[in-house]
Amino acid sequence: MLELKSVSAGYGSFQALFDVSLKVTAGEAVAVIGPNGAGKTTLLRVISKLMEVTAGEVSMEGVSLNTVPSHRVIELGIAHVPENRRLFPRLTVEENLRIGAYPQTARARYGERLEFVYSLFPRMQERRDQLAGTLSGGEQQMCAIGRGLMSGPKLLLLDEPSAGLAPVIVQQVFGLVQKIRAEGYTVLIVEQNIQQVLKVVERAYLLEVGRIKASGKSADLLASDEIRRAYIGL
Amino acid sequence: MYFVVKALMEIFDVFLLETVLNGLLFGGVLALLALGLNLVFGVIDVVWICYAELMMIGMYAVYFLYTVHHVPLLIAFVIGIAIVAFAGVVLHQFVIRPVLASEPINQLLVTGGVLFFLQAAATLAFGVQFRNLGLALPGVTIGEIMLPQSRIYAAGTALVAMLGLALFLKKTYLGIAIRAISQDRAIMPLMGVNPSRIYLITSAIGGGLAGLAACLLVLQYDVHPAIGLTFGPITFLVCVLGGLGNMLGGFIAAFIFAQLISIGGFFFHIEWGYVMAFVFFIVMMFIRPQGLLGKKR
Amino acid sequence: MNRPAWIAVAVFALLPVAGIGNYYLHLAITVLLWSFIYTSWSIMGRFGLVSFGHGAFLGIGAYVTTMLWNHYGVTPWLGIPLAILLSVVVAVLIGYPCFRFRITGHYFALVTLALTEVVRLIIVALRDATGGSLGVTPTIALAGGESFSLVAIQFARKEVFFYIALAFWLFGLYVWRHIDRSMMRYAMEAISQEEDASESVGINVTRAKLLITMVSAALTALGGALYGQYQQYINPDTVSGVALSLQIVFAVIAGGMFTQLGPTVGAVFTLLLAEGLRVALGHEVHGLDSTIYGLMLVLFIIYMPNGILGKILDVRARRGGAATAIKA
Repeated sequence: MLELKSVSAGYGSFQALFDVSLKVTAGEAVAVIGPNGAGKTTLLRVISKLMEVTAGEVSMEGVSLNTVPSHRVIELGIAHVPENRRLFPRLTVEENLRIGAYPQTARARYGERLEFVYSLFPRMQERRDQLAGTLSGGEQQMCAIGRGLMSGPKLLLLDEPSAGLAPVIVQQVFGLVQKIRAEGYTVLIVEQNIQQVLKVVERAYLLEVGRIKASGKSADLLASDEIRRAYIGL
Repeated sequence: MYFVVKALMEIFDVFLLETVLNGLLFGGVLALLALGLNLVFGVIDVVWICYAELMMIGMYAVYFLYTVHHVPLLIAFVIGIAIVAFAGVVLHQFVIRPVLASEPINQLLVTGGVLFFLQAAATLAFGVQFRNLGLALPGVTIGEIMLPQSRIYAAGTALVAMLGLALFLKKTYLGIAIRAISQDRAIMPLMGVNPSRIYLITSAIGGGLAGLAACLLVLQYDVHPAIGLTFGPITFLVCVLGGLGNMLGGFIAAFIFAQLISIGGFFFHIEWGYVMAFVFFIVMMFIRPQGLLGKKR
Repeated sequence: MNRPAWIAVAVFALLPVAGIGNYYLHLAITVLLWSFIYTSWSIMGRFGLVSFGHGAFLGIGAYVTTMLWNHYGVTPWLGIPLAILLSVVVAVLIGYPCFRFRITGHYFALVTLALTEVVRLIIVALRDATGGSLGVTPTIALAGGESFSLVAIQFARKEVFFYIALAFWLFGLYVWRHIDRSMMRYAMEAISQEEDASESVGINVTRAKLLITMVSAALTALGGALYGQYQQYINPDTVSGVALSLQIVFAVIAGGMFTQLGPTVGAVFTLLLAEGLRVALGHEVHGLDSTIYGLMLVLFIIYMPNGILGKILDVRARRGGAATAIKA
């Protein structure tokens, strides 16, 4: 479904991604793991076209994203849930969800999408008229993911969903991710919390300083000595 | 309404009553003016110091269309609104856009330049004389009190426009996007929203509202190149006092301002009325900087 | 200022002696006075405290001095300090709550805008004393063939005013430099970037902002008083109000807000532009100079936010010229 071929990208003179290639097939859950500053967020921004690539190509279902402007990426079925939630703080929960359904194709199905998201996240329905800025961290994450789902995407990009959240909430968030997986969504998660994320995805790529250093099935990566030493502290 | 006023007239000094009522209607005028600015300044956080000069363009447009080209008044109104809406778009595209990424003060400064430019261009093109539509709209008389019809229209239009705008912002996709963009511009593309388009659309609506205000103002005021200086500062103060971005707040603030000006002008000179209003603004900024209905920043 | 600059000033100072004539003297005096005023504004403006209210201080300076002289015979020697005092009081009255409640950026600009309009309106409202929109002239103290009155600070010969204006212009530059070299400068720059962080390293933000504001207000009022004494005619629209405030801001932006001589360059530029256009096109073409101003202000902000001087310095620095410190 999603394919990155030898993608390089950067900010001015600073290159953040070097020759990155990866694939996500329909129905999969894939993670990109790595330490701070590895380029994980840049990777997602390149996919959703908030940034342009300097080399290589990103394609979705065979369609190259090179000429697609950032506000049309969602029409190709890619929904990006940004780092730090980035809800609109002075809009209500429901308004945040509503704007997730902004594309014309999504508007037609607004009603059923809203019902679906509320059924997945009943807490959001309780708080539908509350200002998003007043929600707790975990609730905000829920709302942000819900907003991403409103457009009925084929591929959901999650940028560090556990960032800044208490461990208990982190568990909940990954539980949500599993719920979404169960609904059949294809997910690409970028995460620093390697242990938790490898439990909910089938495959992962290890990104270090802008390059893919390793990739494979979650179980294999978890077992690999390198990863355990460097990131899990064993 | 008629009987209420008659009853009140029994109790209060009729001149004072007339002043209060006129103040109410003047409030309608200010409220209408404030709507467009509240949308642009309050909702999408773009500073158009030259807002009142845009309105001036509308006034001149209607004036010339009606008096010189004998275009029927309502059609002149429509054309005037369209012209100012277009001006809003041009303003954004060529003046605001280049400085949108830098500090907000630059927007204030660059539209300050536009203010100079428009005032001076109007002087060059139309001269300094005051121009009047020459429409002597009859007043509505209740007993000894005379209420100008034009002000009643303005107040009524303000109310309708405010409700319309509020509904638009609350209920439509576009309206929600407009409200969202000042909260987090960077992620708008992720929602499928093209930020540039939103700014342009909002600029057009803001300009159109300024044009609407111009139509109603030209019925009762003479247009001249410096008219922006009369209405500009006060429109800003009304928006900020009401709570930036809050349409209802702007409405209320407009009425408070208008009453202060009206009553101040009744007891003293008209300038004192304005002084009272401005001092009230300054004091309110200290007491409640977010404005009457604004949320804490 | 360095040696060549001092030489230039010395040469400039000799101009009246060289006999350049009243018209050019008038231009020079006007430029010097407004340079002084613009420099005073920029003391605040360079630190992000963009005030649209300096028309208030200018107006207070001019009108208080003139009113005290006209109605009570109070000599400007006393009147000017009183006017300055009043300005400073007003500056504190408005500034303290603004700074205490962290009103900044365009909210601050709007409050100051309201202030300048209040002053203008009060001047007009007190029309019996001030002459309202028609303006007022300080009572002439020069009877017969007298050429000066020290008590009234009125001089028939422009040369005297030239040197007065020159002295105050230099004084303004001195104050600018003094602040630029003081700890206050660093404190204010820190504040303009990040107020809370500044507070946390021990900078009393409110006090610092207030001090700068008071200095700026005082100098502006002084400029206003001098202007009144020289022009011998003031009216509320030329010494107060929104239009004046915009004029000040424009000139400083055009010249360069962050350099010592920037405001002066702005004054030279705008005044010469106005004069040039007036001479070339005559009074019939009412408003052409402002049209051009306006257009230029727009272009300046977009393409040369550091002003003419700033741009020149920028270009010189990039070409490896003298190590001149510029602000980005």
